[in-house]
Amino acid sequence: MGSELTKLFELVISSSLVNNFVFTWFLGLCIFFGVSKKMETAIGMSVTFTAVILISSAMSWLVYNYLMIPLGIEFLMIIVFIGIVAGLVQGSDTIMRKVSPGLYHKLGIYLALISTNCIILAVPLMNVGNHYNFIESMAFALGSGLGFSLAMIIMASIREKIELSDVPGPFKGLPMAFIIAGMIALAFTGFSGLITL
Amino acid sequence: MSAENELSNWELIKNGVLKENTIFKLALSLCPAIAVTTKLKDGFFMGLAVVFVQVMVNLTVSAMRKFIHPRIRLPIFMLIISGWVTVVNLLMDALVPDVYKNVGLYIQLIVAFASILARAEMFASKNKIVPSMFDGIGMGLGFLVALIFVSMFREALGNGTIFAGTSFAMSIGAKPLLIMVLPAGGFFAVGLLMALFNWLYTRYGTKSHAG
Repeated sequence: MGSELTKLFELVISSSLVNNFVFTWFLGLCIFFGVSKKMETAIGMSVTFTAVILISSAMSWLVYNYLMIPLGIEFLMIIVFIGIVAGLVQGSDTIMRKVSPGLYHKLGIYLALISTNCIILAVPLMNVGNHYNFIESMAFALGSGLGFSLAMIIMASIREKIELSDVPGPFKGLPMAFIIAGMIALAFTGFSGLITL
Repeated sequence: MSAENELSNWELIKNGVLKENTIFKLALSLCPAIAVTTKLKDGFFMGLAVVFVQVMVNLTVSAMRKFIHPRIRLPIFMLIISGWVTVVNLLMDALVPDVYKNVGLYIQLIVAFASILARAEMFASKNKIVPSMFDGIGMGLGFLVALIFVSMFREALGNGTIFAGTSFAMSIGAKPLLIMVLPAGGFFAVGLLMALFNWLYTRYGTKSHAG
C-alpha cells in the first residue's frame, strides 16, 4: 500500500512539475496565452479547468474501459473523447446556470473556453496510452490540472508587471509573452530528472 | 472555369498563407507549432496532416451544408473533424511510423484545433465546394509554411542540420545551440519569428497586426 501511495504521489508531481503540460508538452497554449493577462481571470480559469479535467478523465476512463474495450471500438476513441468533453462542458454549463447563478456568472465564460483546450483531450488519450488504472489516471489528471494552474498563475503575475514596462515595438503583445514563457520553461527544465517513472 | 474565378481561388490561398496565417497572425493552434518543430521532418508531416484535415473537413462541411440544421451545426462539425482526424491518425501510423512516434499525440489533438473549426464555421458552411476547398488549401498551407519556418529555424540553430542532413554548422566550426531544441527554445523561436513578422508587416504596410 505504501509503495502504491508513493507511486500516486510521484505521478502527481511528475505531471505537474517535471512534465508540466504547458512547458514540456506545449499543450493548452491557446488558453495559456489567451487568458493569462490578468491574475483574476487566470485563477478563475485554473479552478474551472482543474475541476473539469478531473471529471472528464474519470468519465473517459470509465467509458473506454467498460464500453469501448468490450465492444472492440478503441479506434473511435478520439471521436468519443471529444464527445465526452463537449457534452460535459455543455451539461455543466446548463446545470451551473440553473443551480448556482452566482458561480456561473463568475466561471461560466471559462467553461465555454475549456472545450478548446487541448490538455482536456490529451489527458484521457495519455491515460489510455500509458495503461493507467482508475486511481492512477485520476492522479495524473489532478497533477495536470495543478500544473496548468501553476503555469497560469506564474504567467499572469509576470504579464501584469510587463504591462507597465517599455517593450520594443514588434515585440508588443504575444511575441513578448512567448519570450517570457520560454524563460519560465527554462526554469522548469530544472525539474527534469527529479522523478523518473 | 473563368479567369475571374481562378483569381479568387488564388487569392483564397494567398489569404490563408499570408493575411490570415494561422500561427503568426491569428495566434491559433500554437501547441503543435512548438511541440513538433524540433526537426524539420516532423514539422513537415504535421503540417501535411493539417492541410489534409482542413481540406477534407471544408469539403465535407461544404457538401453537407444544406442538410445540417444550424442549431446542431457545431456538434456535427466536431464529428466530421474527428472522423477525418481518425483517418489521418491511422494513415500516419501506417505510412510514416518513425514520424508518428514523435508527433502521434499531436496528430490526435488536431481535433481541438480552433482554426479548423473556425474555417468550417466561417467559410465552408456558407460557400460552395470549390472555394471551400481552396480556402482549406490556403489555411492548411499557411500552417504548413509556419511550421516549416519554425522547425527550420530550430533545427538549424539547435542541431546545425536541415532535414536531418549533414551538419553544416560543424563544417564552419560553430557549436549548435542546445537551447533551441529544448522546450524553452520553441517558445523563443516562435516569439522571435512572430516579432519578425510583426516588424515586416508594419514596415511593408499591411495594416493588420497580430495579438
